[in-house]
Amino acid sequence: MDLSNTNLLDEAIVTTKIDAVVNWGREASLWPFVFGTACCAIEFMATAASRYDISRFGAEVLRFSPRHADLLVVAGTVSYKQAPILKQIYDQMPEPKWVIAVGACASSGGFYDNYTTLQGIDEIVPVDVYVAGCPPRPEAILDAVMDIQRQLKREPKFEVRNTDFKGKLDDV
Amino acid sequence: MMSEAIKIESADLLDTLRKARDEEGYTLLLDITAIDNLYKSHPPMTRFELVYVLRHSNFKDTRIYKVPVSDPKTGVETVSGLFSSADWAEREVYDQYGIHFQNHKMLKRVLNHEEFIGHPLRKDYEITKGQYCTVSQDMMDEMQPLLDARNLDMEKDELMIVNLGPSHPASHGTIRTLVALDGETIVAAASEIGYLHRGFEKSCENHNYNQIIPYTDRLNYCSALMNNIAFAKTAEDMLGVTLPDRGIFIRIILAELSRVIDHLVCLAAGLLDMGGQTNYWYLFNPRNNAYDFLSKLTGARLTNSYMRIGGMAYDLYDGWESDLEDVLVKIDFGITESLKMITHNRIYNDRIQDVSPVSAKQAIDYGFTGPNLRASGVAYDLRFSDPYYYYDTFDFNMVVGSVGDTYDRMMVRFEEMNESMKIIRQAMKRIPDGEINVPDKRIILPNKNCVYGGIEGMMNQFKLVIDGVKVPEGEHYGAFEAANGELGFYIVSDGSGTPYKVKVRAPSFYHLSAYPKIIEHYQVADAIMTLGSLNIIAGEMDR
Ligand code: SF4
Repeated sequence: MDLSNTNLLDEAIVTTKIDAVVNWGREASLWPFVFGTACCAIEFMATAASRYDISRFGAEVLRFSPRHADLLVVAGTVSYKQAPILKQIYDQMPEPKWVIAVGACASSGGFYDNYTTLQGIDEIVPVDVYVAGCPPRPEAILDAVMDIQRQLKREPKFEVRNTDFKGKLDDV
Repeated sequence: MMSEAIKIESADLLDTLRKARDEEGYTLLLDITAIDNLYKSHPPMTRFELVYVLRHSNFKDTRIYKVPVSDPKTGVETVSGLFSSADWAEREVYDQYGIHFQNHKMLKRVLNHEEFIGHPLRKDYEITKGQYCTVSQDMMDEMQPLLDARNLDMEKDELMIVNLGPSHPASHGTIRTLVALDGETIVAAASEIGYLHRGFEKSCENHNYNQIIPYTDRLNYCSALMNNIAFAKTAEDMLGVTLPDRGIFIRIILAELSRVIDHLVCLAAGLLDMGGQTNYWYLFNPRNNAYDFLSKLTGARLTNSYMRIGGMAYDLYDGWESDLEDVLVKIDFGITESLKMITHNRIYNDRIQDVSPVSAKQAIDYGFTGPNLRASGVAYDLRFSDPYYYYDTFDFNMVVGSVGDTYDRMMVRFEEMNESMKIIRQAMKRIPDGEINVPDKRIILPNKNCVYGGIEGMMNQFKLVIDGVKVPEGEHYGAFEAANGELGFYIVSDGSGTPYKVKVRAPSFYHLSAYPKIIEHYQVADAIMTLGSLNIIAGEMDR
């Protein structure tokens, strides 16, 4: 189908639901903020570089300000010292927002079961997709982005997500 | 082989170190650490001992001083007046072991957060006892004295305080630098690290030697194999074994390939920071080809865990030569294309020449090693000054800069990649056939036929897996020329399969400790480039 042809639909009218249209747009324009801390961030760099090319999935507009982003990619180990920063970044992102935990460390602390490491970022922020691997291959990170796209298609209306989530640092 | 330490009393510490520096030529303070003797079977008189590792200006000899600490609360006199590198090293000992350093200017935690209670590397601190951190510190306690020393006032001089990091696109990992700005110019700066402190050293005390290999991968994750090799080599030195020649050659090839990959990532990211996105593609893509080769060989792209104490997991695969040659050709191409774009590029040259120069004397005082030290014109490379693994039989050059500015630090890396590829090509020609692992049942796992075919082999495997490789009692400092500089492991063994203590001498730790000082008087945009050129890898720095 040649999309450059603006007369394609002629005078026709398409009926649909507003959610469907909005989510259709969102799906192909995720703006990720990469909270890259460790080895997994290096693999994220590879995901963004030309061979794996995250822009094929419409998620290449990497934002360096959380206020511009709607997808938080946590790639790497998050220590207790970092936890308040992660929370602050998450709080600064506008709704609706999604979170990917890349790798064993972000998902569960990985093999750093010790005094320094947060045992999974879901103690602090709600997570939508977990990616296994230490580090995951770039394909796995792409798969997670596609997973978010699938999830987001089913999102109802313009709701604030995860209102019932309570993290360990939420009351302090 | 074990390192011999010289025992001195704490009262003589300052004088001895001054004498070592001024009269005996031990100008480079490599590392300071402590040992907690609480669980030793024959504990010495005092619970804590401090260890000072120094290197001679011939860059071959090391000297280790051990100082008993009778009371950690009183501690010992600081040596940060003699060596700038001692500043953060002492803070780390204070943080991890709770040993005080008298007259230290800013003795506060450096790796753990401010709300942390206790000292994690003390033997009676439980490994899994994590402590939540609720707020980040404002760091004005460090900034204010700096401003006072420069006679500056926030209000009167209209300064602005800005945080670079911890989450900043150009901070290459989570590093925080607080800068006081006068317009665009940095007038004072202080760095905070520890955001990626992952308890490497504590984990080592709870895992046997081969289990530590995967942890070493994640120190400098841009050249994981090199950390594997450095750690395995230190343990092998303690065991008194050397690999058969084929094993050594495989290690040389992989170490040099890792050095190339490390430099590629550093330069690609550095150039991207200054807007050279095309260079990023040219340098980053051949790295992907190198990873294809490594994943075919080791099963993993980044965190290879390929080495073992006494050898490696398996031999090279059939047809590796052509794969590797192909990778080298692609890297060559990437470097050439990238250099074409920057060598005579005024934007590149003007932006980084004469930015944050570090003189040779300063660099040694800060504890610089590796490419950053060589950029300052100091001809120090362990592969030359203390050649291990036949490095003296290869034909390659040491790359040395002149003024130690950002330009030199980057260009030294460009040239070093070519030298490393020379070594790889020679090693590919010279690699002999034969065994890859030391033929010793107490170190290397038996092959699977023996394990499944007989009780002796099975017991052998069982003992090695459960107890680990038993390293003779003693202490040793092993140094290795890694991509970022001298990577040292100080291992204390009590004769069991689990180390009593492991301390990493991480080059990035010392490079970053100098960073806030060398970016002063330059602009924010320059500081970003300087950070990129120092190649700070948080995993290695914070451990
Ligand atoms: S999951 Fe593995 S690769 Fe990723 S940050 Fe953790 S240790 Fe590094």
